[in-house]
This record gives sequence, C-alpha cells and structure tokens, in this order.
Amino acid sequence: MKFLDKPVTAISHPAAEIPAMNTTTPALAVSHVDHHYRSHQALDDVCFQVERGTLFGLLGPNGSGKTTLFRLLATLLPLQSGTVQVCGLDLKSQSADIRRRLGVTFQSPAVDPRLTVEENLRCHGRIYGIRSGDLWRRMDELLQQFTLADRRRSIVGDLSGGLRRRVELAKGLLHSPELLLLDEPSTGLDPVARRQFWDLIREQQQRTPTTVVVTTHLMEEAEGCEQLLLLDKGRVIRHGSPQELQQSLSGQRLTVRTRDNAACRPQLEALLNATARPIADRLCFRIDNAAQGLQQVMSELGTQVVAAEVAQPTLEDVFLETTGRQLSAGDGESAE
Amino acid sequence: MSATPDSTIPSSNVIWSGATALAGRELIRFLRQRTRIVGAIGQPIIFWVLFGAGLRGSFQAPDWARELEQPLSYQEYFFPGIAVLIVMFTAIFSTISIIEDRREGFLQGVLAAPVPRSVIVLGKVLGGTVLAVVQAGLFLLVGPLLSHIGLSPGLQVSADAGQVVLAALFLMLVAVELTALGFLIAWPMNSTQGFHAIMSIFLMPMWLLSGAFFPGGGSDWLSWVIRLNPLTYGVAGLRRLLYAGQLPVTDSLPSMPVCLAVTVLFAALCFVASVALVSRPATHNVTS
Repeated sequence: MKFLDKPVTAISHPAAEIPAMNTTTPALAVSHVDHHYRSHQALDDVCFQVERGTLFGLLGPNGSGKTTLFRLLATLLPLQSGTVQVCGLDLKSQSADIRRRLGVTFQSPAVDPRLTVEENLRCHGRIYGIRSGDLWRRMDELLQQFTLADRRRSIVGDLSGGLRRRVELAKGLLHSPELLLLDEPSTGLDPVARRQFWDLIREQQQRTPTTVVVTTHLMEEAEGCEQLLLLDKGRVIRHGSPQELQQSLSGQRLTVRTRDNAACRPQLEALLNATARPIADRLCFRIDNAAQGLQQVMSELGTQVVAAEVAQPTLEDVFLETTGRQLSAGDGESAE
Repeated sequence: MSATPDSTIPSSNVIWSGATALAGRELIRFLRQRTRIVGAIGQPIIFWVLFGAGLRGSFQAPDWARELEQPLSYQEYFFPGIAVLIVMFTAIFSTISIIEDRREGFLQGVLAAPVPRSVIVLGKVLGGTVLAVVQAGLFLLVGPLLSHIGLSPGLQVSADAGQVVLAALFLMLVAVELTALGFLIAWPMNSTQGFHAIMSIFLMPMWLLSGAFFPGGGSDWLSWVIRLNPLTYGVAGLRRLLYAGQLPVTDSLPSMPVCLAVTVLFAALCFVASVALVSRPATHNVTS
C-alpha cells in the first residue's frame, strides 16, 4: 500500500495551508484513560495525541481495547477516568460540541437498508441539524465525490457492500466533521472495494484538512496510516509512523515451515543462534543476515523444509516482538 | 469546510428537526413494507367481522346501551375496541423496530449525533402516532360501510364533523400513550422474541381487559381489573365520542372528563418514563 507524501504533523506543515483557527491544539489528546467493564480492565492508562490532518491508525488484535477506545471517543461510552480533548474541547463537559465536530462510521452499518441513499443522507443531516439549503448542497457534493450520484434513488439494501460503505462514509462526512472516526471500516469488503474505500478517505483528506482516526487489525490498512498506535490488552505498546516502527526492529525475518516443526525446532535454533517463534504452522526467526541463515538451513535441513521465506520486518513483527503474541490471530479475548 | 455554527439550525429546533426526520423515516419504512399495512389493519378488520358474527348470539349488552334507540349488537359494541386494537398493533410494530435499529446499527448513528436522546422517543412516538391515527381513522370511516355488503350490521354511531375531529384528537392521545408504552417495553430488550412474549402476556390482555372486547360486568374481580386498566379509559372515551355524547355514565363507562384525564396522565407518564429511560445509560457524557 502506498504512503501519502504528506507531512505528518501540523507543526511541520506550513501554517498558510491550515485554517487559521486552533492550529496548535491537536485534533485529539488522550491522557491517562482507564476503562473497566466490571472487573475487566479494557483500557489501562492510555495516552496519545493526534495532530490535525493526520491519518491515524489504532492497531491491535481483537480484545486489545480499540473498540472501547473508539466508543469512548465517539461519546457513546462515559469516560471513567483520565481526560480526552477533541479539537481542544473536553469530552466530559463539552460532548455536545464535540459531537458536532465528529464524524463516526461504525463497524456495523448505521445506514437504513430500507431507505434510499438520498433518504438516508437527508435523515442524518436533519438529525445533525443542518439547514435544508446547506444539506442539499452538501449531499450533491458528496454524492459526486463518491460517484454515488446515479445511485441517489437506489434502496441502500440493494447496493453492493462497497457502495454501501461509501454511503456510510458520505453520511459520516455530511456535516463536515473536523475529526472522522472509522471503526474497522473495511470489514466485509473485498480487496478491490477496500482499496477504493481507502482511496476515497485519502482523497477526502486532500480536499479538506480532516483528521481521520481508524481502528483496524489489518496490517495493510495500518501500513497506509501516517501515525500508528499499537494497543494490546488495553495498553499502548508502541506509537509512531509505520516506517519508524518497522525501522525500530533490526535484522530480517526468516520464516521456515518444516515437515515436523517440533522436531526441527531445536536444530534450527542452534543453527541460527536465535529463538523461534511459532506462528501457525511456521517457525519465525529474527536474525541479522537472514539470507545467509536461509542458506544454512537449506543445506543442513533441506529435506525437512517445506517452505522458507526471508522478509523485512513488518508491523506484525513489531507487534510480535513487543507482546510475544501474534496480531492477526485474535487470541479469543473479547472487549466486553 | 468544517461545520460552523451558522450552517446548523439553532439548538432549540434541532430536537424537532431530528424527531421529524426519524418520524419521516418511520413513515417511509412503513409504506415500503406492505405486509405491515396488512398486519396492522387487515387482522383487526377480520377480527371485527368474524367475532362480530360469531359472538352475536351470546352477547349481553351493558347497562348503558339501554338508552340507545336500537339494541346494541356485539359488532357495534366491538367497533371502538377494534380501532384501539389497530392503534395498539401499529404502536407495537413501530416500537419493535427499535430493537432492529439497535441490532442493525442504525441507532448508534443517532446516539452519536449532537442531539439529546429524547429525540429518539419523540421521533418514534410521532411516527407511530401518525401511522396509528391514519389507520384507525380509516377503519372508523370504512367500518360502517361494511354493512352495505353484509359484513356488519347497521351501526348507530353518529358523529358530525366536530365529533370526528375530536375523535381523531382523542385517538392521537391513545396512540401517544400506546407508542410510548411500547417504547418503554422495547428499549431495554435485545430481541424481538422478548417483545413478542411481553406482547402476549401484557399488551394483548391489556386490550382484552379494557372493555374493548367484552363489558365484563359478570364478575367483581374482572370489573376491578377493567377499572384499573388505563386503556379502559381510552376505549370508553372513543366510544363516547362516536355516539355524540349521548351515552349515560355507568360503572363500566366512565365520563368523558375522567377518560380524558386518565388517558392524558398515562400518556404523559409513559412518555416521561421513556425519555428518562433513553437518557439513563450515559448520563455522564450526554447531559448538556
């Protein structure tokens, strides 16, 4: 996935290109946020900042607390402790003002499948209290931008998953929010629709300085973000741009699949002088010279090896290194 | 560009704008689901014709009917009760959708919007009331015509234009009452099956014991239950308005001011309770 050639923070951005108001306040400032569901601690001392105009990803496996964090930011859960500021406004005392500045797209569809595209948008716009004239203008704009103009009278339930997501996104942007929150936005989309959806989000960011915060458990989505927060078991484990996070790991990754992993593991570990991490049916090693390691493995254990691969470290590795667990496996822990 | 305060309407109007948007959605959804129309108005008409014909012989008219010019047939007795049944069915169908809205996800979009949560109650009650009054009103207009094709006896209902308006307004009150009551039941539920259970053990008996289906003068406990049932006053009030105020006040037929007072009070109670209920779970971050 390509990276946007775009400054990461508002500070490094020439002031002229950003609207004059509130350029110094971050779009989102979260500090020392805890959240409990009875005895289960879903968020533990979470702190981070999102600068304006950033595409910011919350990455973590199922049960990492990202949905809880999303619901807190969307003002759907009461803040138990800590402080959250959205565009300089306090979440606890100014939630109504915050809601006006927030666009929210949920994981499960929030559009009414029995209404047409236009009816859905109009209903949403009126709930947000947008004046009739502005509402029509804004609807036309967004339907054009998302190439939905010829679908405005289609019943949403008859549209494909990709188009329905676009309606969802148009709905979230209707009131021109400063901060757009997306919860696992590409759930249920095929790869083509997913790419189109992300292109729309980037395009939107180029049009207006919208800050986007997106939760995901998918590597390729996370790699497209400008800044990432890695969450695990309710705690922030890493924070930075995907490149920074990847560069923080030295060496490369060697992944080997053998006919009998349990039997070959001690031999491999001795040969490579590294500890193996089993992932699914493979053994992973992080070593300085993976190509050389691969040669050694093939010459010593060639008949046992089914497949072997050398790769640069990925975000998956970053997660693995920090937590000792895999990101995408989703180790059965639930958020609620 | 970002939403400045000028592009949005004043906060006092936001509730109204949101509520009418949600009510409008209710109406569109209703019109797109033809089966709901059949369910909400067809079934009561079938009940009316079948029970009216079947129970004709065993019906004993209540005291107040003696002053009518002709003996009161069962089907005529049952007439206002059916209108209230239509209102109840419509209220049930509209409020049950709250459970679907929550499950399908539509509701979360409304909960995240910068409007008080009472907009959800207001929208639901508004939409449900419009649908209920239109359908029950249609029945009240069409019902007497069925006598021309032999499906009902001639009715003695007499209402001039003024009475019709009053009856429609009163139906509106009953509709607000029942939609708010339905909301109160539906909001905490997470499955439509649960709502169906409450419907059969609570809402249907409430209607059966409201003087809609039978006068219930035969037993003491039954007449007490009927007297304590708030819906009794809805049925009785509508009955009075259909007979242009000619009916005497008896134990089983309370006076118009009593009917009006009980209905208004109970409707207000259900509405306020519903608003309190929706506002409850997030009092820390929604109050503003």
